[in-house]
Amino acid sequence: MIDERLQIPKTESKDIISPTKTITLRISRSNPKKNTEQKFDEFKIPYQKWTTVLDAILEVKKHLDHSVGVRYSCRQATCGSCGMKINGRPSLACFTKISELKSDVVTVEPMNNFPIIKDLAVGFERMFSTHKRLKPYIINEESEIKPGKKEFLQTPEDVEKYIQFASCIKCGLCNSACPTMATDSSFIGPQALAQAYRYVADSRDKGKDERLKIIDDSHGIFRCHFAGSCSQVCPKGVDPAMGIQLLRGYLLGFRD
Amino acid sequence: MRESLIMKIHYGTALASVALVAVHILFRLTQGFAESLQYESVIANYKFLPYAGMLEIILILLSIHGFNGLRVILLELKQGTGYEKSVTYGCIAAMALTILYGSRTIFMTSFGMV
Repeated sequence: MIDERLQIPKTESKDIISPTKTITLRISRSNPKKNTEQKFDEFKIPYQKWTTVLDAILEVKKHLDHSVGVRYSCRQATCGSCGMKINGRPSLACFTKISELKSDVVTVEPMNNFPIIKDLAVGFERMFSTHKRLKPYIINEESEIKPGKKEFLQTPEDVEKYIQFASCIKCGLCNSACPTMATDSSFIGPQALAQAYRYVADSRDKGKDERLKIIDDSHGIFRCHFAGSCSQVCPKGVDPAMGIQLLRGYLLGFRD
Repeated sequence: MRESLIMKIHYGTALASVALVAVHILFRLTQGFAESLQYESVIANYKFLPYAGMLEIILILLSIHGFNGLRVILLELKQGTGYEKSVTYGCIAAMALTILYGSRTIFMTSFGMV
């Protein structure tokens, strides 16, 4: 005789899967090449607890409208490709779960302060060229491998000074959230400034003066008003606002 | 001039202005506010040379700070080489004119020309 408590109740497969809900996904549509005005297309999308905004957009692309323009790659918040405004806040689409938005309507728009290529895809040329201008690499004449000198040793304290800034994935969310970037098209931006700090604070680097000269400009570091929006939206926990303030310390003579 | 030096001057003038304007307000409190604004009282203040000197310093500090602030705001509003040069030189000229006109008033009153 079988003990009733040990019997596993029969279940239908639909009971195992969590119930599906539906949201309205509003996607901003525009194509500057064809001079089309911005409009919103609405789609009803089923979602699960784990569905991300990127999943929902790809669902639209797959089954409802193939022409939606979106950039994505890794789907795990590593490549920094799928930055966009989700319900008004710059976020990574692959890192934002619909269930966490607590809204029946999810509006996705291209990031602010970037030129729109099409729909949700924006151009990163300016951000990348500014990033490159600030020499994002270790400058040290002794960095070439020489006999007897293969590595530069750092203490954990040395690493602690810059390590969080090394997590930047160049997604551009900080630049999108920055109020100064909205009005000053020549402003270097929090992404590049935080990266400048990352190398200036690195004990192996000898290019501090070169970088400080670049950021000490009329559209450089002093145009930051310390709104702090950049740090709030960073998906990797980088604090560009703090990096900018620390970098200012070098220029104002508080740090060596 | 490098932007960091300009901003050091900007922050310095702000701090010095706060200190000196506080002294200026404290002087107003030594007598009734309405009384301190009477013609004779104002003239007497200007004729007291250390006080007139302090007003001159406040004028210079606030002009430098204010017009540099205006320059920064205008540079953030619009960009372009020609525009930025005209904003910079325009602000320097406006600052110089303000200091000259304010100093003229202080000197004329201090030396009894009014």
